[in-house]
Amino acid sequence: MKSFGVAMVALFAPAFAAGADAPAAEKAMAEVDPVTKHMDIAAMAFVFVLATFIGVGVIRRVSRLLHTPLMSLTNAISAIAVVGAILITGDDHYPTYVRVLGAIALFASMTNIISGFLITQRMLRMFKTQREPSR
Amino acid sequence: MSGYFIESAYLLAASLFIFSLHWMSDPKTARRSVIAGATAMLVAVLATWARPEVSRHLWIIVPIAIAIGPGIWLAMVPLTAVPQRTALSHAFGGLAAGLVGTAKYIYWFQSEPEMLTAFRTGAIVAEVILGYLTCTGSLIAAAKLQELKWIPQRPWVYRGQTVVNIGALLLAIVLGVLLIQHPTAAWSPWAFAGIVILALNFGWMLVMPIGGADMPTVIAILNAYAGLAAVAMGFVLDNRLLITAGALDGSSGLILSIIMCRAMNRSFFNVLFGAFGQVQQAGASGEQKQYRPETPESAAQIMEQANLVVIVPGYGMAVAQAQHKVRELYDQLRKRGITVKFAVHPVAGRMPGHMNVLLAEAEIPYEDLVEMEEINADMPQCDVCLVIGANDVVNPAARSDPKSPIYGMPIIDADKARTVFAIKRSRNPGFAGIDNELYFSERTWMLFGDAKAVVGEVAKSFGDGRAGH
Repeated sequence: MKSFGVAMVALFAPAFAAGADAPAAEKAMAEVDPVTKHMDIAAMAFVFVLATFIGVGVIRRVSRLLHTPLMSLTNAISAIAVVGAILITGDDHYPTYVRVLGAIALFASMTNIISGFLITQRMLRMFKTQREPSR
Repeated sequence: MSGYFIESAYLLAASLFIFSLHWMSDPKTARRSVIAGATAMLVAVLATWARPEVSRHLWIIVPIAIAIGPGIWLAMVPLTAVPQRTALSHAFGGLAAGLVGTAKYIYWFQSEPEMLTAFRTGAIVAEVILGYLTCTGSLIAAAKLQELKWIPQRPWVYRGQTVVNIGALLLAIVLGVLLIQHPTAAWSPWAFAGIVILALNFGWMLVMPIGGADMPTVIAILNAYAGLAAVAMGFVLDNRLLITAGALDGSSGLILSIIMCRAMNRSFFNVLFGAFGQVQQAGASGEQKQYRPETPESAAQIMEQANLVVIVPGYGMAVAQAQHKVRELYDQLRKRGITVKFAVHPVAGRMPGHMNVLLAEAEIPYEDLVEMEEINADMPQCDVCLVIGANDVVNPAARSDPKSPIYGMPIIDADKARTVFAIKRSRNPGFAGIDNELYFSERTWMLFGDAKAVVGEVAKSFGDGRAGH
């Protein structure tokens, strides 16, 4: 336990010491336009926080009956990673290995999209009220 | 021009995703959810594909074409296998996020190091840690749910496990901090590889000690991680649609895991690091208690006299695929004017809402599926309570025995019913290894056997001969 703590300190120390000499590339980036850069990050953080609030508000009202279909639906929605996968798979200026990784990611998210929406649909069709069609 | 077009399409997709989740609030509107969600996804995919820099179309068409087969196959699984299917798709989602993050880092490191700002590197680190740990963690969860032989069902624990697990995660975070400080140093790719390896290992090490009874919570937590990985990818790629959709998914997983934890009266930390099912040997072995077995025929006779029958389904019903026989019993009871309600505990089964889907599959109207809080008020008026393969969720020790590991967990008050019939596969204690006082109560009669066979026989005893009294 004690040696673990020592190892942690040893690992962190260079990180803090090196805080000053950020790589040249990063400096160059910061000089471009610090305001725009921070605006972008702030906008993304805004979107994240607001979307989380909407998500919590909406999901809290989901019927408990439907928690399993909800999970498969959000499974499909989280496969929105497909956007990132398409961007790196289809872009010509990336080297082949990047596009291969992208293609695998595209396959994985596409599988989730297809199976997620189909199985949600299949389950939701089963939720019926008192004797809907029969009798 | 085209930039505005794509952003508008993304905005449309984000709105449709929100509507999709909104319509899940009621089974009546829920079918619209899938249409809205699928439309949103289609819009997002087409808009991305239409971006001018995406020009290698064959590279996109081929993976999509290959995904159709497994996608349809995974959607056709029997409903009893939905928990493992869900876990498997969390693994796919995590893998996709991890791979995109990896590809982006390697590419930027080699070709455009000026892109690796502290912020982006941090987002990539978060993306790969969340993505890869979700991937291996979900694979183990899926294997456990599928009951694969080489994965122990019981929690797998060793001394100092929590320290090792948290240590692995901390080490990955430490490497992440180092990487953010020096994203472009010569050794940085090695630190990155270290993070990937640690995250892959942390995932499976985290889920291995967790037993089947905790799976509803674990699946919900992994759902949240998969969503957060998509959010991190959105930060890396500067893409607001990814952030929005990922946040929706993340909050869904978060809320479900809170509901599951509350339903078990436990904390996240306790589920993730508690290794349920290990400690409770002490209280169990006392005096030798006797079960009182009964036959399906007499169970049917007693049920016939009842006004209100409450059925409590549990994982045993899912394993035995007994839901269709339960429907036959439901029909027989209803035919005699007996009120039948299903008391569904939030953590019954292996994922949130598991029992509801199985009963819906058997075409039991959802009005008769009642939540725990509602049914408990009616339990003293209940003539017969039929427990089908459920255990912890009806264990009165949760109310009465402070030493019990499930003490404080809200339960369905089956013991307050006038008569209880409990269907149980064997005479061994249940999944968590805890004895259930309910089974030894003087109001309780045991029906031993496979849930499907026993329920079938009870229903049949109604059917032949005695129908007209």
